[in-house]
Formats: sequence, structure tokens, C-alpha cells
Amino acid sequence: MSVGAPAAATPAAPPRAARARGRGGVRGVAPAFWFFVGPFLAGLLVFVYVPIVWSVVLSFSRAQNTVTPGDWVGLQNYVDLLQPGPFLSSLVTFTVFAAFIVPLTFVLSLGLALLLNQVTVLRTFFRSVFFLPTACSYVVASLVWKLSIFNGVRFGLANTVLGWFGVENIAWLATTSPPWYWVVIVSARMWLQVGFYMILFLAGLQRISPELYEAAAVDGARNAWQTFRFITLPQLRATSVAVLLLLLINAYQAFDEFFNLLGNSSFARPPLVYLYYTAQGNQDFGHGTAGAVILALLIMIVTLAQGKIFGFGKAD
Amino acid sequence: MSGYEMNRRRFLTGLGLGAAAVGGAPLLAACGGGSSGLSGDQAGSGEGASGAKPQISVWYHQYGEAGTQQAVQKYAKAYPDADVKVQWTPGDYTSKLNSGLLSSSGPDTFESGVNIDQVRSEQVVPLDDLIAEVKDDYTAVDITSNTVDEQIYGIKIVDDMGVLYYRKSLLEKAGVQPPTTWDELIAASKELTTKDVKGLFIGNDAGVTPSFGGGALLGQILWAVGSDFLTPDNEPGFTGSEAKQSFLKLRELFDSGSILLGAPTDWWDPSSFTQGLAAMQWCGLWALPGIQKAVGDDFGVVPWPAYSSTVGKPSTFLGGWAAMVSAKAKDVEAAKAYVKWLWVDHAEFQEDFNLNYGFHIPPRKSLAARASKLQSGPAADALKIFNEYAVAPNPAWTPKMSAAYADAATAIVRKGGDVDANLATAEKAVRAELDRLFG
Repeated sequence: MSVGAPAAATPAAPPRAARARGRGGVRGVAPAFWFFVGPFLAGLLVFVYVPIVWSVVLSFSRAQNTVTPGDWVGLQNYVDLLQPGPFLSSLVTFTVFAAFIVPLTFVLSLGLALLLNQVTVLRTFFRSVFFLPTACSYVVASLVWKLSIFNGVRFGLANTVLGWFGVENIAWLATTSPPWYWVVIVSARMWLQVGFYMILFLAGLQRISPELYEAAAVDGARNAWQTFRFITLPQLRATSVAVLLLLLINAYQAFDEFFNLLGNSSFARPPLVYLYYTAQGNQDFGHGTAGAVILALLIMIVTLAQGKIFGFGKAD
Repeated sequence: MSGYEMNRRRFLTGLGLGAAAVGGAPLLAACGGGSSGLSGDQAGSGEGASGAKPQISVWYHQYGEAGTQQAVQKYAKAYPDADVKVQWTPGDYTSKLNSGLLSSSGPDTFESGVNIDQVRSEQVVPLDDLIAEVKDDYTAVDITSNTVDEQIYGIKIVDDMGVLYYRKSLLEKAGVQPPTTWDELIAASKELTTKDVKGLFIGNDAGVTPSFGGGALLGQILWAVGSDFLTPDNEPGFTGSEAKQSFLKLRELFDSGSILLGAPTDWWDPSSFTQGLAAMQWCGLWALPGIQKAVGDDFGVVPWPAYSSTVGKPSTFLGGWAAMVSAKAKDVEAAKAYVKWLWVDHAEFQEDFNLNYGFHIPPRKSLAARASKLQSGPAADALKIFNEYAVAPNPAWTPKMSAAYADAATAIVRKGGDVDANLATAEKAVRAELDRLFG
């Protein structure tokens, strides 16, 4: 918290600063500090911490068509949600989704980063090209995927291409066996995410000292795989753990593309979509907030466990 | 360094400063509304400035037909006794309305459908006195479907219904009659399917997943066998054996590969039908003028078919929107006065809004009777279907019940789930809701 203070204090004339220096610190510092930090802090408090506390309180209440706690029901909302039902099955959906998306994004973004690291010409160009989709909103991408690339009729892009090979039109988002909708969901998310994680990996790769590779060559590392396996990958440990963590949290929070592509489909509904419809659609804020608390706890536990196992944040 | 460190007192002082900097509650409240015109005037209902009129904020969902937004703005402007601000909402209107009703920055009056939970949690006010004089001019179902605990909470603005549109020429070519039973419908849909044209369009969700206006057939599945979501004495009505058979028929239709899925627009938009992507489409009466314009006389309408020639009956939904008043309105009486002025006293506005843009049925019987546009051709057929077969919504069928039932329908029809097990799960959720409401 004291980081901001010296910067603000430096311009002050030395004699004044000396006079002002009292037991509690430099007086002139406080207004400037609060001027910059205050609004942010207030925003954080009002828009983040108050709603979180409010949600927790509300989750012990029967709150139908109201957000005022009062009709206390103890842990009943939690008990309801943790019985076999739509919320638990949405957690299963999430698990399936995460099992697909986390390793896939990890491998693809690492692969791209490795390739890009080798490229000597137009590196900035390629880096920008792969990173650009990150700037696109999930909603916009979902609509493009739904209406243009993967629409179910003959003039959808995917169906047009398949049509050249005599394949019949596929209703991508409506077909549940085989579950083609996963193709749409996963490809949209890949397109949006891979570039961002690629940049993280690229930064990690560029931090690896070339001397390590030289030493490996001298020691007789025979091929690219060996250098990758024994030099690159271990050196990327910190980045990899961070990327895994972010990917997992992101998967837990999947909402936009499911909401926009599949709506309220009980066969592929991640937890946040279910909670959205519970709270916003059914106006059942008691169960909605209880589910949000469960989800937040789950993310916290997984993050802590992962940090413990992989040593997130420790020095290399 | 120790001199720079902050202590708790400073931190707390800062919090106070920060809050002051943000400006406290009024500014925050102004963020939500999106109606910048209102935020400056905190004086309230306007008695402060001399001659200032009260302000009323009215919320509508986005009607698809051109000219509707201009129409409601025109009515608002014509109102002499208040400054009426129209909020026209594209996209997820229900969610926005629901959050609006929880806060004081929501609408004063709005269009919606009456729901028992809104009444029980005192979000809306009764409007009986507004239509007392003309109550008999509304159809009985338009009154009962807006009544909870013997009080009227919504005044119908438009009545909507669905019809099964079919292309006469395509049916003739395939030698198919407009379907009157589930089996005929399935057979016709298969028969009409070619390489580029599907037989039937009932929505990209196969009519069973209610998001973004989907779930168009959730009622028809039950009405086709003469059942309903809830029985008249508020028991679950979807677990009978005939209802289950009806579910299996819809699954058969879904599995037949003859229905259009993944179309760029959904069932409530006639584009798929007019562009020849499907030979038949379940769509609203509102689309009729557009269809007429696109395909001329080459179409007809029938109701959703009965289960069979001996079981059930044809059906359609009674939809539409009702004007309601928020209990949190800045001035409830002013908001009520506006609703009365617009939708009760001035019948010509109702007539204009129902008939001059898309096609709706004016809820006032006297207006529907003299609506010349509904007197001939397919529109007249539709009106007949409406009068004979329309099923009114039950305000006791809450969104939570509907969600549980739709989850079951989605699992059964689209995922091939077990009928008994899925409907039993839904029944349990619905019974819990009924217990909550009626003890």
C-alpha cells in the first residue's frame, strides 16, 4: 500500500516536506494518494465487495422476486442445490468442457508460441495476427459462429465447404447425437483464447537464457524433442502453471458462448448459465446466490490445491 | 519508509473520501437506468418547479414490426398529463425487466405477462378500477389470465396467437393435405422434405428450449392431448400417459430429420418460411402481413394439430402483452392514469397498435369485431382458430415450474432422454413450487 506514496511525495519542496513529516507519515501525501486510489477503492467496495457480502447473506434466505434478505431458511438453498439435479449436472457439463478445452488450449497456444519463437521474418505480424481475436468480444464471436460459420442451412460456411464433398447439411448447434455443438463451442473459444495464452508462453520462452540451449548442445542433446523436454518445458514451469490456472478458472466461468449459442439447453449448460437463469429468469435469488457462493468456493479450493501441487508463485 | 506507511485511520478516512468522490447513491442509481433525462431531476414527482409535469417511464420489449416503436412514442408524446419516457428494449427484455422491478430505477409502467410471484412479492399493483367500466369488452380468458387472487394486474395491449403456415403450392406438389393430427404432421413433414427444403420449421430448439423466445411448442405438446401445464385445481398436468405419447411424437418428428434446425432466424420470424427453407412453419399471427407480402396467396394457416382424430384437439397459444404498473413507481397513481388513458380510454390507440404494423388481435371484443383486416383470407381463418382453440396462460405456472418442465422436454425430445424419469423430475420441482405458493 505504501508504493504510491513516495512517487507523490517527491515533487514536494524539501523544506515543506520536512516540516510536514510527523509521526504518522508525510501529510501532503494522503490527499494525492486518496485522490488517485480513492475512486478505485470506492468502486471496488461498492461494486465488488458489497455485492459479494450481500450475495452470501442472501444465500441463506428465501428470496423469490426480491433481493432483500429476510425470510431465513438456513442452509436449505445449499442443500437443494447439492442434491442430484440441474446444478450438479451443470457442474458435470463444466467438467466435460474443461477436460476438452484446458489441455487443447494449452497445447495449441504452446505450439503456436514455439513456432513463433522460431520465426525470424514478420514475427510481429504473426504475433499480432494470432493475438487479435483476443480483442473480439465473446458475444460477437458467438454470433458470427452461430449465424455465419456454423448455421445449419446450406449457405452456412461450414456446410458450404462440406457440401463440396457431398456431405449433407449439418445442424451444428441443434444436433445432440453426435454432439456437434461442442465443435462450435470449443472452436469459438479456441479462436478467442489461444492468442492470449500464446503471448504468455512467448514471454516465457524469451526469458529462457540461450546459454542453456548451448550447454545442452555441448552436453549432447540429440534432437529438438530432447531440448524441448529437458530445457524448454522445465524452464516454462511458472508460465505453464499460471496458464493452467487461468484456463481452469476461465472454464469454470464459461458463460457467454454457451448463453449465446445454446441458450438454456439442459444438455449443455455450465454452472453460470444455470445460475443466470435461476436468478434472472426464475427470480429465485436465494438459490442463485447460493450457487454462486458454491462456485466461488470451488474455484478457490481448486486454485489453492493447484497452487499447492504445482507451486504457483514460487521462485523457479 | 515507515513514515509513508498508512495506518488504519487514514485508510478509513480515505474510504470516506472515496465514497464522496463517487458521489454516493444518486449517481449510482443513475448508472442503471440509461435514461439520462431523468437523473438530473431528483426533486421527484415534479411539484418543485412550477408547471413541471410528473415523469413516467414506460418499458416495452422490441416488437419486430416496423413502425411499432414510433407508434408507442407517438402515443407517449400525445399524453397531456405527464412527461412519458419510452424505453424500447431489444434482446433479453425479461431479464432487464426483472432486475428493473427489483430497484427503484425500474419502470413505472411496463408490458409483461401477469405472474403470481410478482403479485405475492408486491412488485405490481392491481388495476381493477382502471377497466371496471369496460371489463365486459375483454374476452374472459384475457381477464382470467391476468387475474391473481381475484384482482386484475394486467390490461391486455395485444393478443397474439400462433398458426401453422403452409405453402399451398409445395403441399399440392407433394400431394399432401394440411395436417390435422400428429401422425399426419410427421408424415407431411417427411413428404415435403427435399434436398434444399425441409418439411417443417418449429424453431431451432425443436420448440422445447425456452431461451431467446424459444420453446414454442411446450404448450402444444400438452394441449394436443387436451391437457395443460397445470390442471384447473393447480396440480401438474403433464404426467398423464397421453401427454407422454405426445412427447414421443415430437421426438419422432425431431428424429425424422425433416425439420429445419440451425436456421439464421427463429420460429417467431417468418424469414425461413418466406425464403423457402421450410414448407411449413409454426409462427405467430404477427408475421402474416410479411408473409402475404413475400409469397402472395400461396399460403394457408391451420392450428397446431390434435394428437389424433379421437384424442385431444387442435390448439394455439393465447399470447401477447399486458400493461402493468410497478409498485415501486415514482407515482403509482400517475402511472395508472397513463395506462388508463392509453389502453382503456383511447380505443383508437389499441386499434392502431394491433392492426397497422404487424397483425395482432385487439383484446377489446368490439375492436376485434370491426377489424376489417381480420375478416378475410388466412387472417380470418386465424381469428377463427383463435376464438375456438386458444389456450390462455395460467399465472400460477411460474417461471421456475416452466424451467423445470422445459428441461425435461429438452432432454426428452432433443437428447432422447427417458420420458418417465425426466417428467418425474419436473413434476417434483413443480410440486415443490405449488407447495410454496398454495401450501
